[in-house]
Amino acid sequence: MTKSELIEKLMDKNQHIAARDVELSIKEMLEQMAQTLQKGERIEIRGFGSFSLHFRAPRVGRNPKTGETVKLDGKYVPHFKPGKELRERVNEGLEL
Amino acid sequence: MALTKAEMAEHLFLKLGVNKRDAKELVESFFEEIREALESGEQVKLSGFGNFDLRTKSERPGRNPKTGEDIPIKARRVVTFRPGQKLKSRVEESKPAGSDS
Repeated sequence: MTKSELIEKLMDKNQHIAARDVELSIKEMLEQMAQTLQKGERIEIRGFGSFSLHFRAPRVGRNPKTGETVKLDGKYVPHFKPGKELRERVNEGLEL
Repeated sequence: MALTKAEMAEHLFLKLGVNKRDAKELVESFFEEIREALESGEQVKLSGFGNFDLRTKSERPGRNPKTGEDIPIKARRVVTFRPGQKLKSRVEESKPAGSDS
């Protein structure tokens, strides 16, 4: 399912809300989530999961084309931990 | 302070003027729709943000850490999140706020 398919499904299920509001809201939610992580803050959605930043230590890498070594700085990467309800539902889906 | 559903709904109200009841419903159904897709075995791709993928893990030997008893860990399906390039570059140089859990 892509973002546009998700938007269409939500329009279908929320017909009392203007289609334009549904579309703008979904885009705004994703933007707010990205901004939150960008500010270094966590996202906690009960029953879904939490997003946080994990640190990646600096390392010496290699340019795969030239073989040249490059120093890579430490950085943060987004991390998602599924919540209990999501974990259980996804796993039960498997048994059906 | 972590972002929660209540704050997301409030933000839709403030920024887009969506009424509070609708905003709350939209936030709730947004996450529910993603859960339903994943539950039915479908990957979810949110461009600019990331992909929620499914991985099937086969049964493997495990152990009860308290009793030392051998118990197989059953085959299961798990969700993994792969952040998109855009999100990755946005957070690369972020400093986590505070030292929360």
